[in-house]
Amino acid sequence: MARTDFGPPDFREMLPPVIKENYGQWKYHTVPRPGVLKHVSYSGAVLHSVRVASPRLVSSDFIRDISDIAEKYCDGFLRFTTRNNVEFLVSDEAKLQPLIDELDAKDYLIGGVGLSISNIVHTQGWIHCKSAVTDASGISKNIMEDLKDYFTGKIKVPSRLRIAVACCVNMCGACHCSDISIVGIHRTIPRVNDELASKICEIPTTIAACPTGAIRPNPKAKSVTINSEKCMMCGNCTAVCPAIKIMDPVNDGVSIWVGGKLSNSRKAPMFSKLAIPFIPNNPPYWPEVTDAVRHLVEVWASHAREGERMGEWIERIGWERFFKLTDLPFTNKHIDDFTHATTTFRSSTQFKF
Amino acid sequence: MDEFKTPLLDELEKGDWPSFVSEIKKAAKTSPGAADLLRQLELSYKEKVGHWKHGGIVGVRGYGGGVVGRYSDVPEEFPHVREFHTARVNQVAGFFYTAEKLRQLADVWDKYGSGLYNMHGSTGDIILLGTTTENLQPCVDELSDIGFDLGGSGGAMRTLSCCVGKARCEKACIDSTDIIRDLTMHYQDVIHRPQWPYKFKIKVSACPNDCAAASARSDLAVMGVWRDALRIDQEAVREYIAKGFKINEQVVNKCPTEALSWDAEKQELNVCTEECTRCMHCINVMPKAISIGKETGATLLIGGKVPVVKGPMIGWVLVPFMKMEPPYTELKDLVDKITDWWADNAKNRERVGELIERVGLANFLEVIGLKPVPQMVKAPRHNPYIFWNPEEVEKRG
Ligand code: SF4
Ligand code: SF4
Repeated sequence: MARTDFGPPDFREMLPPVIKENYGQWKYHTVPRPGVLKHVSYSGAVLHSVRVASPRLVSSDFIRDISDIAEKYCDGFLRFTTRNNVEFLVSDEAKLQPLIDELDAKDYLIGGVGLSISNIVHTQGWIHCKSAVTDASGISKNIMEDLKDYFTGKIKVPSRLRIAVACCVNMCGACHCSDISIVGIHRTIPRVNDELASKICEIPTTIAACPTGAIRPNPKAKSVTINSEKCMMCGNCTAVCPAIKIMDPVNDGVSIWVGGKLSNSRKAPMFSKLAIPFIPNNPPYWPEVTDAVRHLVEVWASHAREGERMGEWIERIGWERFFKLTDLPFTNKHIDDFTHATTTFRSSTQFKF
Repeated sequence: MDEFKTPLLDELEKGDWPSFVSEIKKAAKTSPGAADLLRQLELSYKEKVGHWKHGGIVGVRGYGGGVVGRYSDVPEEFPHVREFHTARVNQVAGFFYTAEKLRQLADVWDKYGSGLYNMHGSTGDIILLGTTTENLQPCVDELSDIGFDLGGSGGAMRTLSCCVGKARCEKACIDSTDIIRDLTMHYQDVIHRPQWPYKFKIKVSACPNDCAAASARSDLAVMGVWRDALRIDQEAVREYIAKGFKINEQVVNKCPTEALSWDAEKQELNVCTEECTRCMHCINVMPKAISIGKETGATLLIGGKVPVVKGPMIGWVLVPFMKMEPPYTELKDLVDKITDWWADNAKNRERVGELIERVGLANFLEVIGLKPVPQMVKAPRHNPYIFWNPEEVEKRG
């Protein structure tokens, strides 16, 4: 029998000597040029990390190529970031410029460090997820193509800005706490295939899966019915019963959320809040989505103070001002009606006209 | 370009940002699965709908999860993605690799799968994207030969992940990579054999900047903090100022707790430690002059999760401070208490945060034996409907 439960390779075996020797001894870091981090240890040792963009979905060719580059300039040591960038770990400073030159020659985009817009954290989309309402990779590619000068540091931003794309309301990938998130949504309730449901559907589990109690048994058909007044189109039921389908190519699309953050820096973490309730799916370019994201970035960048994240800026100026400055319509969709709705209502005369 | 007949996707090969379409095409040179994946995706772009369906459960010997079944709903058109399963491979803590290890991985995956990866998936695993039922077992066997094990799926402890930590960050208060390594080895059984009502995630960020997104993306977030004074190197502060750094504007006035003051006469930056909430701002903007304190440990937050089912949550403070020294026994004991209670009481697909919301934080604290402290709340209750246990009131005759 094959061995089991041996765990991943030990990270200690994957560290370059300079890290092993200075583990826990780093004193500070600087950003000598966009996309490059210089870490200095209390011992005086120096490590440079060069960060490049990745599409996250990569091929073996890509893996081999970055491995070859790492071998040539970094004694084979490299890592990935939590935002899916690749980092080349350079111990020998003399190899830094040659590495950058080769990366440039091979069209790798260097950037995503510090005051920049880093890589998008995103989900599978149509490429490999069964509940995808949109294609996260396609949207991400278009947005980053449009914002690449913010990644490479050509255009500066007041603070870092995190973008996330999730292809459904499950919001895998920190969409509920990003400066800007794009989330696939449904606008029509699921359809039940009664005949199939009567054969394969576990009715009690399906009923229990609905957070709003919208699902009732339909004993005549040995199936279930969905109450359109209660259903909030979350798709939970479709995850437990294959006879329920919610995909609707005509009405599905994406929503845009803003002002979330995770870092405790200055202000506590914040949820992302609804800015644009619906934009239709328009592949391959999703131009309306790309334009909306650029617009939000530009309004924020021109109004925020130095160091102010999107959410901090909005909190300072107020949401009423945010909607005015961005010229986005405020609609009944923006008013929460779910579990913690009332905590978002205003109980004060302190607001702006 | 014409060979796949994917005019819509071909558009996404243009431009400077790296293209996932080009990546799929590279893999498609040798993998019929990748080629059909591309063609099926083109169909999705045309029809604006996905083409994956519910399917049978797949598995490998000795594991209850780690591989996820995926089936095309148009298999006649795209036979090579009829079965296109995922293997979740536990990543190296901190996402560190050597060229040699990555090449070994590519060799195995080219042999048994599509040659496509997510580096990395949302939870942290290396996602091997697309293989057949038949190839799963030999693939996993060979992965094991090169030292890669599966991650978690289903109602299991999911693959743990963390920030870069002490390996390369001056702000690391705790050894996030070591904690993840230790916990991953300790919890192999519950990672590999789903036995819980739903997923349970643990993430470790070594400081409150939370680069691992722990507080939002894990049921139990371990976040590095310190509880003594942050350290100020006055000489380095003066160097910043000599270079034109505006200390009042950029740091003192932005400290949310007004804990900092600049003594212009003495040329000294002072901190009132009792007021500082470790918001990281001053450290982030003056990394050469200000650093984390010496008495380090972790704040634990419970209940972070995405919207499913009852709306998104950011974790709540459960333990304001816990020492983090190997073998992390106190942390493991707490994890066991929490997961035991949750496994016994949760409904199907109920995350621990939702269960706590349902039964109340105070009740939860009582069962796991933690004392309520003000650090756990933003404010005490503002309604008068207080529950009293019979033992807490006088008996009436
Ligand atoms: S989509 Fe969500 S709300 Fe609607 S019936 Fe299904 S589970 Fe209930
Ligand atoms: S860490 Fe934050 S709260 Fe503490 S002194 Fe610095 S700016 Fe103020």
